[in-house]
Amino acid sequence: MSIISRGFRGRRDRTEGGRLPPGQYLVRDFPVLSAGPTPRTKLTDWSFSITGEVDEPKTWTWEQFRSLPTETLTRDIHCVTKWSKLDTAWEGVSVDTLLEGVETAAEYVMAFSDGDYTTNLPLEDLTGGRAWVAFAYDGAPLEPQHGGPARLLVPHLYLWKSAKWVRGLRLMNDDEPGFWETYGYHMYGDPWREQRYSGD
Amino acid sequence: MDETELRLDGNAVAGILQEMFVPEVTAARGRCVGCGEVGEMGAQHLYMYPHAPGAVLRCRFCEGVLAVMVRGGGRVRMALHGLVWLEVPQPAAPA
Amino acid sequence: MARAAIQRRLTWRVARVAEVVDETPRVRSLALSVPDWPGHRAGQHVDVRLTAEDGYVAERSYSIASAPDDGERLMLTVERIDDGEVSPYLTEELQPGDPVELRGPIGGYFAWTVDDGGPLLLVAGGSGVCPLMAMIRHRAARASMVPARLLYSSRTLDDVIYRDELDRDGGDGSGLEVVHTLTRGHPPGWTGRSRRIDAEMLAELAWPPERRPLAYVCGPTPLVESVASALVALGHDPDRVRTERFGPTGS
Repeated sequence: MSIISRGFRGRRDRTEGGRLPPGQYLVRDFPVLSAGPTPRTKLTDWSFSITGEVDEPKTWTWEQFRSLPTETLTRDIHCVTKWSKLDTAWEGVSVDTLLEGVETAAEYVMAFSDGDYTTNLPLEDLTGGRAWVAFAYDGAPLEPQHGGPARLLVPHLYLWKSAKWVRGLRLMNDDEPGFWETYGYHMYGDPWREQRYSGD
Repeated sequence: MDETELRLDGNAVAGILQEMFVPEVTAARGRCVGCGEVGEMGAQHLYMYPHAPGAVLRCRFCEGVLAVMVRGGGRVRMALHGLVWLEVPQPAAPA
Repeated sequence: MARAAIQRRLTWRVARVAEVVDETPRVRSLALSVPDWPGHRAGQHVDVRLTAEDGYVAERSYSIASAPDDGERLMLTVERIDDGEVSPYLTEELQPGDPVELRGPIGGYFAWTVDDGGPLLLVAGGSGVCPLMAMIRHRAARASMVPARLLYSSRTLDDVIYRDELDRDGGDGSGLEVVHTLTRGHPPGWTGRSRRIDAEMLAELAWPPERRPLAYVCGPTPLVESVASALVALGHDPDRVRTERFGPTGS
């Protein structure tokens, strides 16, 4: 049974007019969290692939990727460690663009990254204008500590699903847990239903 | 900032392990599944933040994952799959 | 006597603030009275937990700055981080008589007792001096003659924690040497060093590898990494260089 620390409030700002999901607090900086060392892949070695349960796998080099049509977007992002950042500005290629022409009956995706990080999502959550492979943040190339050269961005789910240093999407018929999901995090991760841990 | 600034020492994870009745492990030694090197747990690389998704203990020689710890949802889960073995000094008989 | 704290489940206990001591404009020490404290080794730390009225919880780790020889009194030294969540509370709000939840002691890797011998090389960056101070105080409490040397990097002279105590200890013939280096500014007439700790400074001030010193390095992660690498490059045994990194800034 904890005692109350007289006068302690913590750094929480919950006055954002309903924009903060339950249990979150607002930050103005951009915290860096990582499960390991920052990968340093050279752009000449970089590629992005769609693999797995597809008729024809696809791959882009960095040049090919950067010649695809891009979008700029501003979104709120929510980390499972309880911080949220509002109105973050990104530029990226919509996952809809990457999936154009991909024939599949798969319903799930494993996003995979440099450094052996993985995270699973329903294919449906990566389509319909809800996901991007982002290469710029706040008007500048995405820094390595925040996932550069490119990261997945899926703002409607907790940020661990927005895999940093993403290198591809593997389509799967059945849902499988990725890195954090294996160790106890929720398979889906909806911040508005506070789905942080498996069983939530 | 680069990733070296995110690293803490393995002894920062000692509190969580002791919570699970594991004996003082920072002085323990372990062998990495990935590269086979043996090191003291307290000298390995720990990636976490005050409220991290979880703690990831990595081999300081090859950065392979040794252990992962997640606290939340009413439980603590520990994975030790990256250790071939973990060795602690034999506890003295109680006085 | 049986070794304190035989492996047992760590439990939270309630300590009381006995006294607050302002060490520097940004740093305050809290003297805590902890009933039934099981004892600790110099270099170990405690986890501190704060709970707000609505149940919000924050936890941080702080090195124990007092010697194990102080019985049921623990001293924690906290640096106030401007944007911090916990350190402003601990350094500005907490008053004598207030309760503080803590658990420990934690961490057997970064610990030293006089029985571990020496020579003892202590390298500190900023508030990294705190666990090393526990070692220095323990050495003094046991009147040990193990040769010891502290190389302590601070921004300015006003930021040097425990300055008076270190000035006294460093000249009292007990074999402790204290070397300061200031990285952001020094007073007129300053004859000490005024740059970041680098390989050249370590080559000058560390004992030669043949003396097999025990080194403890503590502070911000970039400093710890560069000092530890430099010591190993100078020929010191990596197993005798122990590190405690405070993360990017400490919180």
